[in-house]
Amino acid sequence: MIEVRNLCKRYGDKNAVNDISFSVGKGEILGFLGPNGAGKSTTMNMLTGYISSTSGHISINGVDILENPIEAKANIGYLPEIPPLYVDMTVDAYLNFMYDLKKCKLTRKAHLKEICDLCKISHVRERLIRNLSKGYKQRVGLAQALINNPPVLILDEPTVGLDPSQIIEIRSLIKKLGKNHTVILSSHILPEIQAVCDRIIIINKGVIAADGTAAEIANKLTNEHKMTVRIEGTTRTTEDKPVVAEALRAIDGIKYVRADMEREKGIYDYDIESDDEVDVRRAINNLCREKGWNILMLQLSDMTLEDIFMKITTGDITAIKSDEKKPDLSEYDMSFGSDNVAEEKTPAEAEESPEEAAEAEKKKEDSPKKKDKKSKKGGNK
Amino acid sequence: MGAIYRREMGAFFTSGIAYVFLAGFALFSGLFFSLGVIGSGISDMSPMFSSMFIIVVFLIPILTMRLLSEEKKNRTDQGLLTAPVSLTSIVLGKYFAALTLFAIAESIVFVYSIIVAVCGEVIWSTLLGNYFAMLFLGAAFIAIGLFISSLTENQMASAVIGMFVLFVLYLMDSLASNIPVEFIQKAILSASFYTRYLDITRGVFNLSTVVFFISVSVLFNFFTVRVLDKRRWG
Repeated sequence: MIEVRNLCKRYGDKNAVNDISFSVGKGEILGFLGPNGAGKSTTMNMLTGYISSTSGHISINGVDILENPIEAKANIGYLPEIPPLYVDMTVDAYLNFMYDLKKCKLTRKAHLKEICDLCKISHVRERLIRNLSKGYKQRVGLAQALINNPPVLILDEPTVGLDPSQIIEIRSLIKKLGKNHTVILSSHILPEIQAVCDRIIIINKGVIAADGTAAEIANKLTNEHKMTVRIEGTTRTTEDKPVVAEALRAIDGIKYVRADMEREKGIYDYDIESDDEVDVRRAINNLCREKGWNILMLQLSDMTLEDIFMKITTGDITAIKSDEKKPDLSEYDMSFGSDNVAEEKTPAEAEESPEEAAEAEKKKEDSPKKKDKKSKKGGNK
Repeated sequence: MGAIYRREMGAFFTSGIAYVFLAGFALFSGLFFSLGVIGSGISDMSPMFSSMFIIVVFLIPILTMRLLSEEKKNRTDQGLLTAPVSLTSIVLGKYFAALTLFAIAESIVFVYSIIVAVCGEVIWSTLLGNYFAMLFLGAAFIAIGLFISSLTENQMASAVIGMFVLFVLYLMDSLASNIPVEFIQKAILSASFYTRYLDITRGVFNLSTVVFFISVSVLFNFFTVRVLDKRRWG
């Protein structure tokens, strides 16, 4: 759907974007991540034909954006960083203007109504854009991008200025749109990218620093996997501690076990490190079942997207591409599944604790004593 | 082009610029009409038209100042430039919106012609000749104003520079007479807006004058398109 080859943008001596190549398939939702000034917006502006590239090729739906700009642009809906709104117009007048500008052939009334309903702006259609709040302006901007039902949507920080519940709405809207559209979105809210995107491209200093699913990227950055397990022994005293630790150390694949402090009365946490090829969770489960212990919590503490982001953008890693395959541990990396839990959370949670979106949780089915603690969450920084 | 034209027409009125422009035009043309035509008891409106040149110099930049500079400042140009329309149709949509408003303002002379008709006889040939001469002059000035608007993000700068440039064009004749080198003087005079315009108000309807004004309009609209295009490459 979108093909980008060796894209460069130079401003004087400065390389804003340096030799970027990637492609996005139909129905894919691609997340653009990067620190400020990394070249995200520049890339998006080039993709939409707002600015030209210094060199390289961009084709949208098979049409080159520089050779055939009008045809290529007809395939794109673009929401720039600052929504291009005429504040002296009403929402309705503005959307009608964009409808005309995009030479939309769909039934005007029905199409605009559908879009307004989607973006939840139907009740403000008669109001002047000047008087709308930032969140509503953002939604009008999104509505404008959706006019003419373009196969490609490019959204530059679509949830900026929205309140938490609107963010959840827009995210699920984007996910819904992703079924029929190809979506590229940039954001600096990491859990948002994680919740919405199938694939992530991390841009740093104008080059692609990582490309792949979060799990793939994480696998490339780390060789080992860490987890914390809370196990209730038989005696529920300090005596359990060495016994459990010893038994855990005996499990094949576990490299390191450290008994942590007492979290509940007579119950301890154990920090475990394991080889990356082995999933030791089942072995731990079996061990506990044999010994009659109970697992009260199991939490993976692999790299979150935040850790990845920090590691890449602070310069530890130069380039990771998804084609340099490592063993696929996506099943193991529950924390990076694309069906993330963030959407089911309350808005406040999703907004305030980004790392929670990446957390892992495991439910143990056969723990009759402490039903309420079957699954526990916690930050994993 | 149609969408942009309609939006600009609407924006002229919502921003109030249309009212300022129409009022200014009506005020000064009315003044010159009552002094130059009614006052001197003639039915030819040419004196009014020749006096209006200097007024148009100051009014047109008001009309064109925000056309492109505001888009750039509010980043609404991103919406236009990423829409499936050509740069030419964006520029021409705005250009013709301004030209339409100018034509509307100028049409007040037909109200004056009713007044003239009450007292005497309207000379339609000179009236229409003058009307179109001013329309062509406006077309050329609007193209220049639009071009200046594309160069800056600041409306006020756009207006002031526009007035300055048009005023220099007005003074070109007197500047030329002070230049001792003959061929430079000739060159400047042949490109003089004022002389060409005055010729028509004096009843000399010259085809080359019409071609001159239309050429200026086309040239500056072309420059404006190039400015927008260049910005993409910058």
